[in-house]
Amino acid sequence: MERNRFNKFFDQSDSILTIPYFLWLAFFVLAPLALLAYQSVQGIDGRWTLENIIRYFSSTSYLKMTLQSFVYATMITLITLTLAYPAAYLLTQTQHKELWRMLLILPTWINILLKAYAFIGILSQSGAVNNFLEWLGIGPKQILFTNFSFLLVATYIELPFMILPIMNAIDEIDSSFVQASHDLGANSWETTKEIIFPLSLKGVRTGVQAVFIPSLSLFMLTRLIGGNRVITLGTAIEQHFLVTQNWGMGSTIGLVLVLLMFLVMRLTNKGKGKSKGGF
Amino acid sequence: MGEKIIRFEEVMKEYNGQKVLKNISFTLEKGKFYTLLGPSGCGKSTILNMIAGFTQASSGEITLDGRLVNEIPAHKRKVNTVFQDYALFPHMNVFENVAFGLKMKKTPKAEMKERVLAALDLVRLKDFANRSISEMSGGQKQRVAIARALVNEPEVLLLDEPLSALDLKLRTDMQYELSELQKRLGITFLFVTHDQEEALAMSDEIFVMKEGEIVQKGSPIAIYDEPLNRYVANFIGESNIVEGTMLADYLVRFNGHEFACVDGGIPSNELVDVIIRPEDIEITRSAQGKFTAEVDTQLFRGVHYEIILYDDAGNEWMVHSTKKAKEGTIVGLDFEQESIHIMRKDEEEEAFYKRLDKYTVPRKGE
Repeated sequence: MERNRFNKFFDQSDSILTIPYFLWLAFFVLAPLALLAYQSVQGIDGRWTLENIIRYFSSTSYLKMTLQSFVYATMITLITLTLAYPAAYLLTQTQHKELWRMLLILPTWINILLKAYAFIGILSQSGAVNNFLEWLGIGPKQILFTNFSFLLVATYIELPFMILPIMNAIDEIDSSFVQASHDLGANSWETTKEIIFPLSLKGVRTGVQAVFIPSLSLFMLTRLIGGNRVITLGTAIEQHFLVTQNWGMGSTIGLVLVLLMFLVMRLTNKGKGKSKGGF
Repeated sequence: MGEKIIRFEEVMKEYNGQKVLKNISFTLEKGKFYTLLGPSGCGKSTILNMIAGFTQASSGEITLDGRLVNEIPAHKRKVNTVFQDYALFPHMNVFENVAFGLKMKKTPKAEMKERVLAALDLVRLKDFANRSISEMSGGQKQRVAIARALVNEPEVLLLDEPLSALDLKLRTDMQYELSELQKRLGITFLFVTHDQEEALAMSDEIFVMKEGEIVQKGSPIAIYDEPLNRYVANFIGESNIVEGTMLADYLVRFNGHEFACVDGGIPSNELVDVIIRPEDIEITRSAQGKFTAEVDTQLFRGVHYEIILYDDAGNEWMVHSTKKAKEGTIVGLDFEQESIHIMRKDEEEEAFYKRLDKYTVPRKGE
């Protein structure tokens, strides 16, 4: 009796506790998405129109920009993955795993703008890198405002988001799997290839999602570091909303970005959980 | 003596200044079923890990098939392990798991398929080749793990408490299967367990371990019938152990009475441990027993009753009997002189067996 009432109270309070979450979902996820959809079918003069969508898909410059965003996001993801996987693997083998994890998390607490400005200092004409090149006799080079510098800084910023999930995934692999693999005649390389890598794919998927999706819409870095040579979807949205005041077009691009994100999620979640059959 | 396959010589292992193994020496012969028996933390798994190559000895020599083991890395030893938690690779199906070892050896596809299916047939899982690991039950996983190890045709199969995760019925079934498999394949099994029943049921030879040392080696019957000391007697089976005094060869005094026994070679008036197994004691009418005791409690164990009694001196006696006793009654306890086993305190294994050979009166039927 007493216990029943107790449970009832908690059942009720459970649903009460979910209210803030659903409110948050409604106001900050669903409402903005609805607004985006609504804005994208509004012309600049306030009429209902499909003009924005038609323009987006028929203009080569928009499509080129979309492709460019995709290519850069892919490059950033691939570079971080190539750097992150061996790094994550080595870090799991070290004595002070928790310290290393902490050191990786720390820089992510610093605002991205601050980090961008720091890189401007490092990469600029009179920055540390160019001073060093001058000392070597190679002379100052244009580093800032190049595609290279954009990739470099974007990779730096995204790296922890790739390393951490991979590191966790490798860490979670039971050491008896590694022992079993050695026991069955696999050397260290074969064990890494056949056992550790496939079992850490969950972390790789999470890492790819955490890096690729934000990379599609990076816009501050494109201007501050890339010197607007690289125009991503993020930059275009920002320009349409803040500079040309064409909210309809901005919303359309925003919707495209949302669709791309869903696509990436679908692709990276594919084949998860199911083990392949056959010999 | 058969062909030797594994030899440990004065092997010692230290972890953070703590000796996990203290000067272990033994040899394993080809084609026998050996069991390392002891409580957790006694170092039995460390021995397995050294043979498999997962840990190195701090000092001493381990030879495998005549070669010093330190020179052979884990993946090149003709030894395979069945792990306690099976360690089946979750991203591969049953077939791929079993094929893993052969794949690493670059076995041709056709031969690989044939051998894997043969190994699965051996553990009666031929129809499960395409199942994923998560679809297999505990007992099936166990058998996959055995097939995965056996397909590599190892000279020694190491089994690290492989039955501990199974329920009682399956565990008993697997004991038969393992024992039969070992006899059929004729390879050396080294089995690690803390379960004395498993050890007694399957082994050709048992090594009883305590705190990094092998206390007693011997066949299950030898260890059960002639435990070296109180520790072994308590670890293997149930036993009644009381203190007694050796009066002369074949004569011991305990519980205020003198009893003829079959042990000798012990200085007279030495304090000894006397052990009588519960199933060797018979409950009789009070006048007919060797001494009397009062029935305190009894538990029904299925096959037998487990009866606890106290004698006049306050010693506790456990008796296994198929006949029920009545609580609170005074009964007699009777046993044969062969049922009395005498253990000297602090006797070394070697001296113990030597003395046994010299003094044991031949048993009936032997």
